[in-house]
Amino acid sequence: MNDGVRTRRPQRTLLWIGASIVALTAVAAIAGPLLMPYDPASQELALRLEGPSGTHLFGLDELGRDILARVLAGARISFLVGLTVVSFSAFIGTMLGAMAAYFGGVVDDLVSRVVDVLLAFPGLLLAIALVAVLGPSLGNVLFALTIIGWVGYARLVRGQVLRAREFEYVQAARALGAGAGRVLWRHLIPTALPAVVVQATLGMAGAIISEAALSFLGLGVQPPTPSWGTMLNGGRAHLLDAPHLTLFPGLAIALLVLGFNFVGDGLRDLADPREQR
Amino acid sequence: MFRFVLRRLTLTVPVLIGVSTLVFLLIHLIPGDPVQAMLGDSASPQDIDTLRERLGLNRPLYVQYASFMNGIVRGDLGTSIRTNQTVTSAIAERMPATAELAAASMTVAILIAIPLGILAAVRAGTSVDHVATTLALLGISMPTFWLGPLLAIVFSVSLGWLPVSGRGTLAHLVLPAITLGAPLAAGLARMTRASLIEELGELYVLAARARGVSRVRAVLKHAFRNSLIPIVTVLGLQFGAVLTGAVITETIFAWPGIGRLLIQSISARDYPAVQGCILLIAVTYVSVNLLVDLAYGFLDPRIRYE
Repeated sequence: MNDGVRTRRPQRTLLWIGASIVALTAVAAIAGPLLMPYDPASQELALRLEGPSGTHLFGLDELGRDILARVLAGARISFLVGLTVVSFSAFIGTMLGAMAAYFGGVVDDLVSRVVDVLLAFPGLLLAIALVAVLGPSLGNVLFALTIIGWVGYARLVRGQVLRAREFEYVQAARALGAGAGRVLWRHLIPTALPAVVVQATLGMAGAIISEAALSFLGLGVQPPTPSWGTMLNGGRAHLLDAPHLTLFPGLAIALLVLGFNFVGDGLRDLADPREQR
Repeated sequence: MFRFVLRRLTLTVPVLIGVSTLVFLLIHLIPGDPVQAMLGDSASPQDIDTLRERLGLNRPLYVQYASFMNGIVRGDLGTSIRTNQTVTSAIAERMPATAELAAASMTVAILIAIPLGILAAVRAGTSVDHVATTLALLGISMPTFWLGPLLAIVFSVSLGWLPVSGRGTLAHLVLPAITLGAPLAAGLARMTRASLIEELGELYVLAARARGVSRVRAVLKHAFRNSLIPIVTVLGLQFGAVLTGAVITETIFAWPGIGRLLIQSISARDYPAVQGCILLIAVTYVSVNLLVDLAYGFLDPRIRYE
């Protein structure tokens, strides 16, 4: 029943589909706005809320701005948020997690207690709270998502390093007089990297969806900057008369998030063959 | 068992203290003068002084902290600036709506996920499995704040079958429950599949089949029962997603629960109410996780002695 070969191929296919979605969206984010004949901010008030047509493929929004141009510009924000949040979270989390596992004692207690408290806030709640008091802006969104983001990496890396610390080659390096920094950097952190890469890929999906959620609630990127979440928020008032305002930005979010999830799942299966059932 | 329960309870206390401390500090993270931020630029210096006094912000930080923690223990979360109602009573008013939505969405999730997960596990590796697995990934990738409006466009605007917002009848509950339940169903279906596949590979399932137990019975009566522990755990952990998802779902459908209260309080800069909502949601989450842990120890005696 658990024939590895039969399930493996579709998983690989999904990985490639995911990678293609991500790559295409990245190209669209970089090149799209340069090729578009419309500026994402320019308004044609006379044509506001007009549906998709030959000249405006995705139609126009409540201020008569071209939705396709805004979706493409919004892709840049999504990638910016994803890459920034994931790189900072992964770096901070990996360092703190590795140090907690390696040094143990007070360092471990301190990091673990902070992790416990931050994990006591479900999902986005702490980010919502932070942005609520700091004020809605792109910078604060990046800050808040990093604060809730690093915790997952710290826990993951701590576990991996705790296990790797006992390996013979690590013991040998220490016996040969390698310092803490060298052992951590050369021997321990690299063992955790495959797991960190998988987590980071899924983290891209998480950060993109979180930014959109905050912006949807009015707590994220502020107008007129085009963000997919802000666009969905604008579409709420026009569900009755202009559903295309909701349709296209949402489709973009779902597609890109799906792409990252496919890649993350595929990479996890490659990194951990036991999961290939 | 008693020692296990006691140990889990003692581990929870520092977390709760940490959570309360963080929530207390929130108001002090506001850039500039928090009272000015709450009242806006047009407020008179007198109003500002009065509110500062009322919130106790003119006292030393440690006194504020002590009185905040003392208030929490007594169930006093302060007074809402927007409505002058106590935060505790404002939350108590909204609680039933959120509880109703959470229960309904978890029911939706279980009804979709368990059959889908079982089907995928039993037919693992076939096209049925791939369709189910892909559906689950689609569900995970579908943002609540898109699914909700899409459902509203189809079932309320186009078909006119269901109300688009508000609370009252069962019909009002359908769209919010599906919106909140669908992503949960996706995660739960994946867990059900993985957990059941694990059990199906065990020898006791083969033994049962060899004794002449039917395939359906072997799956449902033998394997599925044993795969329930991780499923229950995931369901408990997913409760966090329900709580955050409720904030978004309640905003979309104007559902009068805690999540909507939180967002309304944020836009009104009603920080005592914001603190109360955040604290309540976090404490609920921690408590549910504790209950899941205890249930886990109850279901699987091996856990207790670790």
